Amino acid sequence: MGVSRRVFLGTAAAALAAPMVVRAQNRPRVVVVGGGAGGATAARYIANDSQGGIDVTLVEPSRAYYTCFFSNLYLGGFREFDSLGHGYGGLATGGINVVHDWATGIDRDAKTVALAGGGSLPYDRLVLSPGIDFVEDSVPGWSLASQNAMPHAYKAGSQTELLRAQIEAMPEGGVFAMVAPPNPYRCPPGPYERVSMVAHYLREHNPSATILIADPKESYSKQGLFEDGWQTHYAGMIQRIGPDFGGGNVEVDPAAMTLTIDGQVENVDVCNVIPAQRAGGIVHAAALNDGDWAPVSAYDLSSREDPEIHILGDSAAQGAMPKSGFAANSQAKVAANAIVAALADGRAFPPRFSNTCWSLIDTDDGVKVGATYEASDEGIVSVDSFVSQIGESAEVRAETYRESLGWYDAITADMFG
Amino acid sequence: MGRPALFAAALAGSGLAAPGPAAGEGDPARGETLFRPCAACHMIGPGAVNRIGPHLNGILDRPIASVEGFAYSDAMSEAGAGGRAWDDTALDNFLAAPRNYVPGTAMVFRGVHDAGDRADLVAYMDAAGTPDAAPAADAAPSPEVAAILALDGDAAYGAYLSSECTACHAAGGSDIPAIDGLPPELFAAALVAYRDRSRDHQVMNTVTARLGDEEIAALTAHFASAD
Repeated sequence: MGVSRRVFLGTAAAALAAPMVVRAQNRPRVVVVGGGAGGATAARYIANDSQGGIDVTLVEPSRAYYTCFFSNLYLGGFREFDSLGHGYGGLATGGINVVHDWATGIDRDAKTVALAGGGSLPYDRLVLSPGIDFVEDSVPGWSLASQNAMPHAYKAGSQTELLRAQIEAMPEGGVFAMVAPPNPYRCPPGPYERVSMVAHYLREHNPSATILIADPKESYSKQGLFEDGWQTHYAGMIQRIGPDFGGGNVEVDPAAMTLTIDGQVENVDVCNVIPAQRAGGIVHAAALNDGDWAPVSAYDLSSREDPEIHILGDSAAQGAMPKSGFAANSQAKVAANAIVAALADGRAFPPRFSNTCWSLIDTDDGVKVGATYEASDEGIVSVDSFVSQIGESAEVRAETYRESLGWYDAITADMFG
Repeated sequence: MGRPALFAAALAGSGLAAPGPAAGEGDPARGETLFRPCAACHMIGPGAVNRIGPHLNGILDRPIASVEGFAYSDAMSEAGAGGRAWDDTALDNFLAAPRNYVPGTAMVFRGVHDAGDRADLVAYMDAAGTPDAAPAADAAPSPEVAAILALDGDAAYGAYLSSECTACHAAGGSDIPAIDGLPPELFAAALVAYRDRSRDHQVMNTVTARLGDEEIAALTAHFASAD
């Protein structure tokens, strides 16, 4: 690509100044859409590993990213809201162009990304890490227009603060309801960690209040650990209605603040609706989806529809990894290695992935589940796994919680610099 | 460097806090049980040699950083400057929070919170590791670790592999220990110990299960060159 031009200019007399200029003009371009766990990590690793050899632009509308992971701990009173926020200064310092704008579409033939603010960004490789969108009408009676009355709080930020305020304002003995999502969705233990954190808050401030979960799933992540913990810490407070009892047949009325489960109307004080999910809108706009999600190769996270577009994190249908911030970070490193190898002659190494999800049940009662993964032609497959055990000592659980604090600091530094 | 000063301050300050119980007050039998996690890195008693950590024979009142042939961290060596010894109080303070007491120590251990537990541990170490039991110091890594250290580790591969580490281990981290700057023999020995499960940790056992000697050598080379 740039070689002939470099040779040509190299014959000119301006030998001292020319090389830098030429390099800047001819650097391969990577555009990253989405500045969350996957996108921020990919941008940093591509810029670092290519040692400036690749021009990296990150497109992200928000000035600060609020992590969905750990946002439940804010609901429980274990963290300050501000501790969840991360700016993009570290990426900019690392040589990444950070553009605060919406990516509205992709011209896959011209290889450009259109921006809401006008203009377009050309790319040699494109990385999409847009997170989740909600499936319309997946919970009858609920739409994005009712997210203030019945928050999802499943994209962290003002929604998280709103849900916390509603929990604080619950009347004595009130009802907190959650409509849990069907599989697959972001952060499999997330809804149940949230229930734990809400229960913790209510036990301290509103002990006669109750929690009602309507759940379309037979079973869920770390179920035994959560139910054991709820029995221990919040006995009698939490009721979960699974699909056998109509937990998958729900309807809400945000104006009346009712939740109807299998025909039975419940008056509730807070209703946390976590709808069914699908890949972020840009994936669908660019026709990279098959159904709700975007199929990708397990070897480099490239789209099955377009090998020059890599899709990371929650949006990707990649196989066995859960949709988590940890997983997105892990996938981003594999994609970055492949992209630097393709565009800047970096060394390509075998893909390898890992994930751990920590959850907090009560003060100093942390649990975790995790696995290592590798690539196969069929998708990402699990190699080995572990999970916390029922009956572990209080010391082990406290250690697990402290470990999660260390992980949060490390992985957010890995993502945002 | 500020480390000796910090350490001296910690020593001086320890007189103000409630002093740790003397070794004589602890229960050595209970201490033996509590010592189990320590044994992943430290040997004590007849035949004890240096492993990931120095042997602990004669640890009570032993001069700090004084076992011959053991590669102490700079921080620990500086802490031992001037012949300071591990008396009751120093051991108690160190065991309570190693990384607060000797900032920069290579000991990857958070500490023992309960003062009674610490007294029991010290009592056990005092009883089990008489100075007479100390053999000639043997700093040589195990044959398995030595074989890995003898490999020409691929630092670039190690840099790639290290991205799995940095998801949890931050520079300067304490809730999850920092791993940058560990001496190569300590680093490799720790990964081997997690891999063969002589050291227990769910995440580390799972992550290291698929590291071959080549991967451990590569990671060791990377972390050694990253300093």
